[in-house]
Parts: sequence; structure tokens; C-alpha cells
Amino acid sequence: MCRPGRGRGSASASAAASASSTTAASRVPETLTVFAAASLKKTFTELATEFEAANPGVTVALNFAGSADLVTQITEGAPADVFAAADTKNMAKLTGAGLVTGAPAVFATNTLEIAVPPGNPAGVKSFADLADPATKVVICAAQVPCGAATAAIEKATGVTLAPVSEENAVTDVLGKVSSGEADAGLVYVTDVAGAGTSVLGIPFAESGTAVNSYPIGVVAASKHAELGTLFAGFVTGPTGRKVLAAAGFGTP
Amino acid sequence: MTQASGRAAVSLRGTARDDTEVLGVPRWIVAIAAVGALFIVLPIVGMTARVDWANFGALVTSPSAIAALLLSLRTAAASTALCLLLGVPMAVVLARSQFRGQRLVRAFVLLPLVLPPVVGGIALLSTFGRRGLLGQTFEVLGIQIAFSTTAVVLAQAFVALPFLVLSVEATLRASGARYEAVAATLGAAPNTVFWRVTLPLVVPGLVSGAVLAFARALGEFGATLTFAGSLEGVTRTLPLEIYLQRETDPDAAVALALVLVVVAVVVMVATHRPRGLS
Repeated sequence: MCRPGRGRGSASASAAASASSTTAASRVPETLTVFAAASLKKTFTELATEFEAANPGVTVALNFAGSADLVTQITEGAPADVFAAADTKNMAKLTGAGLVTGAPAVFATNTLEIAVPPGNPAGVKSFADLADPATKVVICAAQVPCGAATAAIEKATGVTLAPVSEENAVTDVLGKVSSGEADAGLVYVTDVAGAGTSVLGIPFAESGTAVNSYPIGVVAASKHAELGTLFAGFVTGPTGRKVLAAAGFGTP
Repeated sequence: MTQASGRAAVSLRGTARDDTEVLGVPRWIVAIAAVGALFIVLPIVGMTARVDWANFGALVTSPSAIAALLLSLRTAAASTALCLLLGVPMAVVLARSQFRGQRLVRAFVLLPLVLPPVVGGIALLSTFGRRGLLGQTFEVLGIQIAFSTTAVVLAQAFVALPFLVLSVEATLRASGARYEAVAATLGAAPNTVFWRVTLPLVVPGLVSGAVLAFARALGEFGATLTFAGSLEGVTRTLPLEIYLQRETDPDAAVALALVLVVVAVVVMVATHRPRGLS
């Protein structure tokens, strides 16, 4: 049942890859499983819908989690076809182990921004203000990508933060700011953009000292490698650029 | 009557030897029970097989690991004490009195057992948080709960309390109110009855309930992460440390996970004995 479907799917995938992706009208139903970093939830959900529309018969199944969690899942044999990470370090774990083929392409960048509750109760204006001991600051732990970026900025600016909490995920930082428990948090620009009116973003110039790159690659064990390559091209291509830029991601 | 009180006296002394007579258990039940036991034990064996024994000592004695273990033991002990303080009176009221809405009250008391811990965390945050129901009051008193060790204890007590209440209430119901009734007819005041009769009666249930509560508090994760945050030595308990180490150092995470399993098993084996209630 699986083999003929896969053969014809791959054939039409290569046809679509060589021609315009919109011409692949006679595709046999095929499901592409994409593992993507949690910060890509909104953009990849939108891109998956557009990819499905452009490639009739293709269903994109999405799995969002922290990059390190996804690396563990793929290492343990989870059936992923494409992996998009929030930093190059996590992608390197898979390329190093031969679990992702080729050189993953960087499709977006992200920088940090200060998030404060609406009304900015602690009156935070700059990165240096975060060092004020009276200000309750929440950051990501150094073990996760957003925390590594925070540590890099601390090092570059010489400002040492005394956070009240070091969270595992950027969404937990955002949650503690939007609930008003924390006076300020360091999250990605895209998190502030996606949070609407629940938090206020305060950009700071020093954020440029830590830019996170988002790479995308096709999983070596994938049975839909050609379709996966097509999807990766779609993300790095014009449609991907447009959707990612609208969400606040930078262009690599 | 004599038989009943004799039985109660046996379980009261905690030596229900005559209840443990060998019964004929059908083989198929033994077979299924063995599968059930394997289902629980095998994943632990699987995890143990992944332990990097060469570096085990270094992994579990790192400053952050020690800080997390000590914080876990301290907070679990504190939350167990809080559970005893609040849970015993709750169990006594539930077992020894009848009032309208009792079933509803019991359902609410047991709610943390079925709530996902993260929901418990959100509930605690909306109550004790800065902008929560009681947050303003605490702020005025100069007490800040969020991001403090107190928050960890509250989160643990919230999820562990039902274990204690259930255990003590079951013991009270099983032992019956006969002794209390006799004491009362002999002229003992309610206070005397509670301290001299009720409390000694529930000691076995109290011990096993406290052990379960302690073990549950030790494993608390979701409510703590949501409500208390994660900072070394302050709010980052062992489960949170394991979760964080997994990001960069899976070997350390597995080693610490084994430590948590060992601590939990030691606590349970050392103190938890199933009551031989008939």
C-alpha cells in the first residue's frame, strides 16, 4: 500500500520541484511530517497551509516543541521528514550524527527584545535597567537557545542580570510577564509580535550582539525526502520570506 | 462485637498478621499481575541502562544537582508538614461528620489528583500571584510568594494534600467511631477524644498518607514550573533540574532521574506499609 504511493508521490514531487510547485495537480496523497521549533508555531502553521494549497494531495503534519526536545525525538527515531530548529547548535547535533543530510539552510533570524506587562509598572527603558534589583526579571536558562542569547548579551554589555527565574522555554518567560508576575522578561522579537496587547515590547540596540539563526534540513531517514526538500525550498523561498518577515523574523 | 473490636485492636497495633494468610490466587491473575509489575519496572530498568556509570558520581554531585536535591528534600518535608496540619482536620471532618454538600466538598478536595499540575499552577498563580485574588493582601503585608521557595511548598502541598486526606479518612472510616463514642459516654470532652482516641487510631493511615504526600511533593513539577519559576537553590527542585539538564546534558538528566527514583523508593519502602484492614 505504501510503496506505489510513495513512488508516484516522489515522482510528482520531483516534477513539482523541477517545474513550478503549483503545477503538481495529480499528486497521490502524501503526508509530510515537519518538526519545528516552538517559536515557529504561527508561521509554520500558515506556511503548511499554503504549501498544501500549492501542492494538492500533500498533507503537512506539524510537531512543535523546544528544539532540544525535537532533537531527542528525532534521535530516538521519531518519523520526522523535515526539521526546523531555533538555533544552529541543536541542528548541529543531528548533522553531526548523520541524522540530517546535506547542509541545512538558514531561513530566518531572531533577536531578543524586552517584554514588560502593559503599562510597564517597573518603568523599564533599557537593557541596563534590567539589572536593577528592585525589578523582577525573568529570563531563559542558559541551556536553551533564548538563554544562550541572553548570556551572550550580558557578556557583550557587561550588564549582569539577577533574574528571579530562569525558565526552560521562552513561552514560560512570556507567560510570567503577561500575567504580571514579572516586571520584565527577555523574549524574542517574534514572541512580542505574536503576544498582541498582553505584553509591551521594548527593543534595545544591544540585542544585535546575539542573533539566533534558524536552520531547516531534511531528516536522513525520511521516506519523503524529495517532498521535504521541496518544503524546505518553500520556507527559504519568497512565500516563506514573506510569512516569516510579517511575524517579525529577520532575513538571514 | 467482640470479634469486630478484636480486629480493630489488631490493625491498631499494626500487626495484622492473621490477615496475611495465604489464599489461592488463580494463575491467570498472577500472570496479569506480573505483566502489570513489568509495565512499571521495565521503564525504570530501561532508564537505568542509560546511566553513564563512569561519570555518575560527578554528574550527581555537581553544585546544581546538590542544590536541587537539598531544595527538593527541604520543600517536600515542609509541604508534608503543611499537608498534615491541614489534612488531618479535613479527614476528621469528612469521616466523622455529616453535612449538606459533603460529597461536593470531598470532590473538590480530591480535585488536585485529577487536575493536570500545570492547571494547578495556573490556579495558584491566579490566587497567590501578584495580581491574584490574595496577591494584593500579601503585597500589603510585605510577603511576596511568586518566585520564592514558599511558592514551591504551596505548589507541592496543593497536589499532595489529597493523598493525605484520602489515607487518613479511609483509616478513620475503617476503624469506626466506637472508641470515640465510648470515650464520650465516659465523659471525655471532644478535645480529649480527638487527642487521646482519634489521633492514635489514625496513626497508620497518617504515616502512609504522609509518605505518599512526601513522595508526591518530591515529584512535583508542573505546578512548580508554572507558579514558582525555576532558579537554582530557590525554586529549582530536582524534577525541574532534570528537565533543564535534558536540554544540554542528557547524561546528567538520567543520572539525576535515577537519584530521584532511589530517594522515592527508599522513602516508600522504609515507611509505607499497606494497612491490613479487613
